[in-house]
Amino acid sequence: MSRPAVVVDDVAKKFKLFHERHDSLKSTILSGRRARYEEFWALDGVSFEVREGSTIGLIGENGSGKSTLLKCMARILLPDRGRITISGKVSALLELGAGFHPDLSGRENVYLNASILGMSKKEVDLRFDDIVSFAGLERFIDTPVKNYSSGMYVRLGFSVAINVEPEVLLVDEILAVGDEEFQERSAEKFAELKRSGCTIVVVSHSLDQMRSICEEVVLLEHGKLVAIGKSGEIVDKYLGHVRDDRRAREAEERARYRALVPTDEPAEIPLVSCFELLDDEGHPTSTARSNDPLTVRVTYDARRIGEPVRVALSIYRTDGAHVVSLNTGYGIAMGEAGEDGSVTVDYRIPSLPLQTGVYEWSLALHDTDMLHIFERAERLRFDVTPGDFHDQRGLVDLGGEFVTRGSVS
Amino acid sequence: MKTRSERPSLAKRFPSELLWNLTLRELRGKFKRSTLGWGWSIINPVVFLLIYSFVFSIVLRAVPPVGDPSGLHNYAFWLVCGLLPWTFLSNSVIGSAASLTANQDLVKKVYFPRSVLPTSAVLSWLVSFLIELGVLAVALLIVGNMVLPWLPLVLVITALLTAFVLGLALLISPLQAYFRDMEHLTTILLQVWFWATPIVWPVTLLEGTDRTFTVLGYNIIPAIPNLIRFNPVFQFVEAYRDVLYDLRVPSLGRWLGMLISATISILIGGLVFRRLEPRLAEEL
Repeated sequence: MSRPAVVVDDVAKKFKLFHERHDSLKSTILSGRRARYEEFWALDGVSFEVREGSTIGLIGENGSGKSTLLKCMARILLPDRGRITISGKVSALLELGAGFHPDLSGRENVYLNASILGMSKKEVDLRFDDIVSFAGLERFIDTPVKNYSSGMYVRLGFSVAINVEPEVLLVDEILAVGDEEFQERSAEKFAELKRSGCTIVVVSHSLDQMRSICEEVVLLEHGKLVAIGKSGEIVDKYLGHVRDDRRAREAEERARYRALVPTDEPAEIPLVSCFELLDDEGHPTSTARSNDPLTVRVTYDARRIGEPVRVALSIYRTDGAHVVSLNTGYGIAMGEAGEDGSVTVDYRIPSLPLQTGVYEWSLALHDTDMLHIFERAERLRFDVTPGDFHDQRGLVDLGGEFVTRGSVS
Repeated sequence: MKTRSERPSLAKRFPSELLWNLTLRELRGKFKRSTLGWGWSIINPVVFLLIYSFVFSIVLRAVPPVGDPSGLHNYAFWLVCGLLPWTFLSNSVIGSAASLTANQDLVKKVYFPRSVLPTSAVLSWLVSFLIELGVLAVALLIVGNMVLPWLPLVLVITALLTAFVLGLALLISPLQAYFRDMEHLTTILLQVWFWATPIVWPVTLLEGTDRTFTVLGYNIIPAIPNLIRFNPVFQFVEAYRDVLYDLRVPSLGRWLGMLISATISILIGGLVFRRLEPRLAEEL
């Protein structure tokens, strides 16, 4: 059992929300007090430990206190209660290139920035070439940094900060710096730091990333620790929270919208009476595991349409990526309708080829020639949770498998 | 071996290398883009000197005291011996007061002892001051004042003055971070302090005159030469004049005055800074 590298013990941090901010002496004196404000606990009694050499992520919605906690760890903010004990040399990647002086050259700024981060000149001398080549700025290192592009600027800042060789590294939302190639190198550097036993605390909005790089994740909500545990479990739990919140909000919005519609005119009844996802056993669901069977069920009122219908379905990831669009390919005849005049169409997927993430199904009812849309249904969100094959990322799961052989003749 | 770092780690080694690098940044930033570069730190005081000498010795006909025992009788030199330490003080106070607000990105994003910011501002002006003192020493040698044996004393006085200035810097810089209009207040107070100190006007002007200035029925003019002894800057300015203009050792009282004001200033500045430091990142 390795000992904890970071101990967070009952940490609380309060901020003042000023109603009238006194920046000046005059307003302070005139009002006879500093300023009126409301107290707001950004962190409230958070305790946990980080094992030496492990990587832990902090997640939570905006305002949940994760960045505040990171700043307390970095000793930029002083907690109002509790204490944080960190053993080892700390480096915080909160902002890259903080303290760069625009008129100084890249070289001068490397030395300056490194000493701000606590490195001695000798240490920088040893790593100078690494820092410069990692940033890919060999040709520009004697140019004043004000002539750098913003990408170059951030790359140099990142390169200095990551080469401090910390024992505890605090990272805030900056893993996505630079182009693809630089990100690859950064990811490698992180892996290298991890291998060398560096303890890493990460704040990121990219849940995919948290899942893949963190062993443990802390979930914060309104400044309180809600859960801590294995990254996959906690991220799923968090997604669950987010989903529930979203549902509640959507329901509330719908209720409000309905309240706005005058009551004497009956609201139009949608043609689609059912648009849902069913799991293996035929129960409605809003999550699906990668590679599990999934069925999309659509029920619409064929009698009111009065002509054949082509049902079109699409999947989009919530960031807008278009995954697939498909339709029945023919018009579903009126004769299919049951006694109540409705038609139910199932689209069965034997093994869902999607990777972890949040997606949306969209549904539209067309005429046979796809020229007219009868109705577009409200989009249906669903979450894909990881299946059995973990070592992959991206959009689709190809469902293939590796076969190795001694030689190919 | 790993060490357990406790917060706040005041016992931790003061980052002298960081201090030096920040000082260099200030100095380089000051002169980097100018053609004359460091030459400006010489030209500035020279122009200042010319203006003040013209106004006071030619227009206003102020009579400078005669150097005792040096016998030097030159208003320009008398003035500049007092003016250089003052400009060091005033530049340092203004520079350090702005140092925290100017570097707020750094303060909000990186942890390091915040006192290095005002301190590096003071040090960068100290470097300019030492260059200016060097120029002055050369000029004094040219006009025949043998200042060389006195230079060690100049350094001792400069060390005391730096301590005094550092105390002011540590006091004012966090206050300015909390209250932004300290900036304007500081500028005004420095103006008042400048004219309240016999830098451009010899205090002898007020000794044994029949001038009157009544406040609440009292003529305050005769009291000024006595009151002015309590102005710490007066002691420093006179000490520089003692060793550079008059070529004599400052009196014991003067040494004590400088020592006490430097100590008090450092103590108060240090205490205020330590008290306000933890919340700087929030207040900026």
